[in-house]
Amino acid sequence: MKLAGFGAVAVLLALPAVLNKYALTVFIFMFFYAFLGQAWNIVGGYAGQLSAGHAAFVGIGAYAAALLSAQAGLTPWIGMFIGGGLAAILGTVVGYLGFRFGLRGFYFVLLTVAFAEICRIVALNTDAVGGALGFYITYTGNPWQFQFGDNRVYYYVALALMLGATGIVAWIERSRFGAYLTAIREDENASEALGVNTFKYKMLAMVVSSFLTGVGGTFYAFSLFSLQPNAVFGIPLSVEIIIRPIVGGAGTVLGPILGSFILSPLAEISRNYFAQHGWAGAHLIAYGVLLVSVVLFLPQGAYPAARSLLARWRR
Amino acid sequence: MDLTLIGQGLLNGLLFGGVYSLMAVGLTLIFGVMRVVNFAHGDMMIWGMYLAWVLATRLGLDPYVGFVACAAVLFVLGVGLQRWLVDRIVDAPHEMQILLMLGVALVLENGALVVFGPDPQRVRSSLTQATVWLGPVFVDLGRLLSFVVALALTLALYLFLTRTDLGRMMRAASDNSYGALVIGTDVRRVYAVAFGIGAACVGAAGALVSPILPFQPSGGLSLSVASFNIVIIGGMGSLLGAFVGGLLVSVAESFGAVFLSPSMKELVSFSLLIAILLFRPAGLFGKSSA
Repeated sequence: MKLAGFGAVAVLLALPAVLNKYALTVFIFMFFYAFLGQAWNIVGGYAGQLSAGHAAFVGIGAYAAALLSAQAGLTPWIGMFIGGGLAAILGTVVGYLGFRFGLRGFYFVLLTVAFAEICRIVALNTDAVGGALGFYITYTGNPWQFQFGDNRVYYYVALALMLGATGIVAWIERSRFGAYLTAIREDENASEALGVNTFKYKMLAMVVSSFLTGVGGTFYAFSLFSLQPNAVFGIPLSVEIIIRPIVGGAGTVLGPILGSFILSPLAEISRNYFAQHGWAGAHLIAYGVLLVSVVLFLPQGAYPAARSLLARWRR
Repeated sequence: MDLTLIGQGLLNGLLFGGVYSLMAVGLTLIFGVMRVVNFAHGDMMIWGMYLAWVLATRLGLDPYVGFVACAAVLFVLGVGLQRWLVDRIVDAPHEMQILLMLGVALVLENGALVVFGPDPQRVRSSLTQATVWLGPVFVDLGRLLSFVVALALTLALYLFLTRTDLGRMMRAASDNSYGALVIGTDVRRVYAVAFGIGAACVGAAGALVSPILPFQPSGGLSLSVASFNIVIIGGMGSLLGAFVGGLLVSVAESFGAVFLSPSMKELVSFSLLIAILLFRPAGLFGKSSA
């Protein structure tokens, strides 16, 4: 297993040498959404707290890093941690309200959606951050400002983000913290009865998850160069973040990566295809169908299903 | 403060509220019977609006008549959804139900986008702009008619639930689905009819509101949020609560439209949702908290 992992990383490290420009962007997209899915996985997968508003954290991180860079000249390499910190503060607020007031299931989902929508409306109506016109980053190609002329740099940065988050999640899974989170997901009342401080661990999961997602906001901002409130705070982005770990297997280390490797190329290709035929939105129909099918036929996700299939084949 | 303005806002809100109530009654029925939250509720309403639009532009059918057809189509859609999808996850964890309904919402919203395009539409009705002056305030006849129809449909649903066998079975299945099964209720059929009626309510509400409210495919989410607001205020599963809640939220929004900018109005409705979630999740008429 370990050997296969090192082999896979080695292949990914060498890949840019043979990929063309388009394939490179697809891979960047794949790594980045695997990273976001992995960040969501901590609170949504392991702790089982279904947040449908993670776009808010991407948005806060993105706007913070972009504004600091444009107006104060602060390098996004530092700004990304400030963005992550601000996202973590919002995560703390959402988590505190949700967990302290005991909102579960549907009520927690609504709370996260409401916060993300409030962020979107505030960004839309704040002229200082560009309002409805959006915020644009002027291209300088200066690596110190997180701008790279060569797409291969974005590739390695996105790969590093994905591997870093995966490392964190792998560590969480083996730790006592991860065991508590899984216990909370499986039966919150029982774990509380056994003395697990469920509030504390759910909060911790939310803070780590929102921090990482906020860090991802910097990458979002400086690879797209434009921030639109409806896109960066919108429900569709939250769905993009959720759907990969769920398809791949929420609450597993490799689930979000597998989900992104399956979905991101599909999304990219179908988006291109449908856009050419004037069918905007068709790829989201496909997402909807996929979400429904996964819930009905593969509720554990692709990774656990693949693993049990492999185990049966070996026997 | 201008009293006429307040009176007009109150009247407009109250009359518009009938449609909100009908929409929320549909959601609360589905939740009350199956304990499934219909995340696609607003998107179903959008489809009701577009159906009314198609009937009006292609067949010249006024939406105040066409709402019957819209309700019928949505009923079939609801029964189908229940039979093929929701039925398999009635006993699944909440997260799975939410994800499934989110998937359905995505399909409905973007299906409307592909079929009808992104531009806002509005249905023309013979009653558009028809008003009657009542002293210092005016009554919009379209709103009045939609209010009367919504009220009548809610009453009919109430009578159905309390006076007919099928309605009684529905309430039995909602109280205790296992017990209902034991005494010989076809719970699957009851669920299918309940989901169908819930969808028909929101379809009719969509058709009735289509001459008043401009609509576009992306509007489903805010309608869903409005329904969640109302149903949570009224208490999940309570028919009376949904009806009163619909009037309350509509009046509040009407005042919001008079005194606040449109973006602030949206902000208020989401803030209201958060406040209700935190402080009164059981609602005004609900029995217990979640």
